Amino acid sequence: MRLNELKAHELLPLIRRHEVTVEEAVTETLDRIAALDGTIQAYITVAREHALQRAKEADARLAKGEPPRPLEGLSIAIKDNICTKGIRTTGASRYLEDFIPPYDATVIERLEDAGAIVVGKTNMDEFAMGSSTENSAMFSTRNPWNLNRVPGGSSGGSAACVIANEAVFALGSDTGGSIRQPASFCGIVGLKPSYGLVSRYGLIGYASSMDQIGPMTRDVRDCALILNVIAGNDPRDSQSYPGELPDYAGCLVPEISGLTIGVPKEFLEEGLSGPVRDAFMKALDRLEELGARVVEVSLPHVRHALAAYYVISSAEAGSNLARLDGVRYGYRAPGQEDSASMMAASRGEGLGPEVKRRIVLGTYVLSAENREKYFNEALRVRSLISRDFQEVFKTCDCLVGPTSPTVAFEAGEKTRDPLEMYLSDVYTVPPNLAGIPGISVPCGFDEEGMPVGLQIMGKQYDEATLLRIAYAFEQATDFHRRRPEVPQKTYQSESAGGERSV
Amino acid sequence: MFEPVIGIEVHTQLKTESKLFCSCSTRFDAAPNRNTCPVCLGLPGALPVLNKKALLFGIKTGLAFNCEIAEFSGFDRKNYFYPDLSKNYQITQDAFPIGTNGHIDVMTDGKTRRIRIKRVHLEEDAGKSVHEGGTITGAAYSLEDYNRAGVPLLEIVSEPDIRSPKEAYEYLLMLRRILLYLEVSDCKMEEGSLRCDVNISIRPEGSDEFGTQVELKNLNSFRAVERSLEYEVERQSQLVASGGEVIRETRHWDEASQVTVSMRRKERAEDYRYFPEPDLAQLNIRRSWVDEIKATLPELPAARRMRFIESYGLPEYDASLLTDTKELADYFEAVVREYGEAKTVSNWIMGELSRLMNATGIGIESVKVRPGDIAAMLKMIDKGTISGKIAKTVFEEMFAEGKSPETIVKEKGLVQITDEEELAKIVDCVIEENREVADQVREGKDKALGFLVGQVMKMTKGRANPQAVNKLLRQRLAN
Ligand SMILES: [Zn+2]
Repeated sequence: MRLNELKAHELLPLIRRHEVTVEEAVTETLDRIAALDGTIQAYITVAREHALQRAKEADARLAKGEPPRPLEGLSIAIKDNICTKGIRTTGASRYLEDFIPPYDATVIERLEDAGAIVVGKTNMDEFAMGSSTENSAMFSTRNPWNLNRVPGGSSGGSAACVIANEAVFALGSDTGGSIRQPASFCGIVGLKPSYGLVSRYGLIGYASSMDQIGPMTRDVRDCALILNVIAGNDPRDSQSYPGELPDYAGCLVPEISGLTIGVPKEFLEEGLSGPVRDAFMKALDRLEELGARVVEVSLPHVRHALAAYYVISSAEAGSNLARLDGVRYGYRAPGQEDSASMMAASRGEGLGPEVKRRIVLGTYVLSAENREKYFNEALRVRSLISRDFQEVFKTCDCLVGPTSPTVAFEAGEKTRDPLEMYLSDVYTVPPNLAGIPGISVPCGFDEEGMPVGLQIMGKQYDEATLLRIAYAFEQATDFHRRRPEVPQKTYQSESAGGERSV
Repeated sequence: MFEPVIGIEVHTQLKTESKLFCSCSTRFDAAPNRNTCPVCLGLPGALPVLNKKALLFGIKTGLAFNCEIAEFSGFDRKNYFYPDLSKNYQITQDAFPIGTNGHIDVMTDGKTRRIRIKRVHLEEDAGKSVHEGGTITGAAYSLEDYNRAGVPLLEIVSEPDIRSPKEAYEYLLMLRRILLYLEVSDCKMEEGSLRCDVNISIRPEGSDEFGTQVELKNLNSFRAVERSLEYEVERQSQLVASGGEVIRETRHWDEASQVTVSMRRKERAEDYRYFPEPDLAQLNIRRSWVDEIKATLPELPAARRMRFIESYGLPEYDASLLTDTKELADYFEAVVREYGEAKTVSNWIMGELSRLMNATGIGIESVKVRPGDIAAMLKMIDKGTISGKIAKTVFEEMFAEGKSPETIVKEKGLVQITDEEELAKIVDCVIEENREVADQVREGKDKALGFLVGQVMKMTKGRANPQAVNKLLRQRLAN
């Protein structure tokens, strides 16, 4: 087995015991990117020099006898909407194509302090708006299981690079399913933490009341390791959770007998594809075999979740993205006569069509004449959905359902119909509205070999139980051990390559 | 006859060390864009964190304006595009302001009226645009300075309860006085740390309907507010009296020609698409904290004025002037603590001290005379060590040099001559030199006596005790 194929918890002991140097491990990952990413196109920016420099520094520390840090020497890929000091951060937008942040997001500081090494920035739908990574202004990312299919989105680059062994793990962001849906499409583990568990400082805001950064990993143990490092109160994020947190890796016991697992019947209605339903039903059987009690529950208001989500997220997004005006940083349209035209043209030329669609939608639903009918109504729906969850969590330890109604779809299949694309998030949106955690773990494959994800939803800030159930399920199955065979193509430096180094 | 209906919105910068949502300094004199960071520049991913001191100042002010302090408060986004607004939205308080339903009492021409305060809320200031080449439309290019972006502002909105331009002026004076007493703002209009927008309409006297509102801008002093309102009352009254109609618009006060000029029509309110700021948590303002703040509020101008009248027996006029600023009132009380006789202290502060302050342009906070020194000087007069007249000379020296009265009297030899023998010699000498005048005195001409007293004072350079001189002259020139 090659070093880049190891999971975090497999690679860490080798580095700790000095059997492998950090430089060797990081180089393996960088070589894998060079060999494969011309095909997968998961990265917008590969920070090769930066990563090698950090690797040498880490080895020097270890050689001096300094104790290894919790994530010492692990190569991480960062979704390109998370600010990295000195490494350009584009949000997959033309507008920020040359933007190099002068500061690190809190999660980057924490990961680097723990010894992790950023190897690059991953592709995504522009400003996290989309479900296929086809809305990237740079290029589309391919699904390593089938190059004609999408990797999901918006954290498609992060999901693809993790399953293709182009990073040990990755960070994504999830506002309505952007971690869980691509995790499901690519057959990895993706966690959207409770709102406020992980600091948003440095995450380019999409819908601030729902955005969360989370780990995308090859198994549940890695997920817990990463969460241990990135979770926790941050005074720079006012919405950050101030409570004490457990050791998530320490909570991983494969024992769930006696737990009550709810299945919301609304998640199994029309729109759910046959293969996903089959895999999900088998997963339920497996959970019962493990001793859990599976019961049907109802979340009566979730059928309005998608509508409420698009109203609230677009309203917040329109306001969050207003700062992209050509005045202080980013793209500035040339040849304009006055500041108002310059601002309008910079936005017109710098932002992509899906982003504009949502800005227009957001402006519309907040306008004086529509606000009550749309925005305030969506807020009411949101609190009803939260109450639905609170109600079922009185009797259930967690809820399960499919992560997405379908497996990864063909590239180009849904780009012409935004509504069709939005339906891809129908099961992942409710946890964001309610602020509760959700995780997607592999739970099967369809006949064509495409992975299916199981979504587990937990009580707010009870990631420990969520991870334990996910771990028990994973240990009882072997879907997480499969890897796609990706045809290797040499890295074309004149295509994306030149653009991708820093 | 028409009656004006006036409402005033005041924006005042809070005197915090750092900005409302980041730790940048609020100093306004730094090089352009020096006091900025990812938060106040609106960089992607940067998040606001509320400055607790600003919240404290907001609550303090709300309490001083007799407002109800909200238990649940929070921030909203006001969305509009402008280059000096770094995020293209302003973080402000729309739905849940810190304070509501307050009031202050304002005295105009001896009559006190209660002006209701609609709301007090926190918000962030914008940056500044500099248009190179003059006007905004004719400029070759514009520069943006974000040092001011994110500086905390407090907005204080009155109900339309003000009924005359003079009352508007007095309202603003009282508002500023309170803010200065609270030490939450510098209230310097010339530096832009206090700004006001005024709404005015007119209606027939006795009516309780509201007329069409006109908003006045570019008001750079409280006098400008008063004058522009006087002009506007006149303009609107004439317009309506002659059958015309007031248009809803914004008018610009032209200081040079002392008129208001139409800027733009306001056919409908702008749509700022307010919504709750999702980057900030809701504020739960604990009652115990509010009570704590209430307990530490300083004595406010109206209460202090009342106390000066009641416990020092000062006339209302004195009490008003002495409580105009906290510093002056503090100074007065410091002198009274040492000297005791309040009216005498008041006379000296409002007389000599004010005269010298006005003449030199020095404010009470930089006056060199220590309160204890005024008290010492007043005691010297009482003891007869110096005369009241000499005291004025001594006081001028104290004001200029900051020395104690004892030192000045000693250095300049200004001790009053009270020794009878020494005075008698001088008096005899003066009688000898002015025999004719002395004879006139003997004949009963009092005017002549005054001349002789003057001569004695002249010889002693004012150090003779005038009463003693008078007595001696009368004894010697008695028939
Ligand atoms: Zn700042």
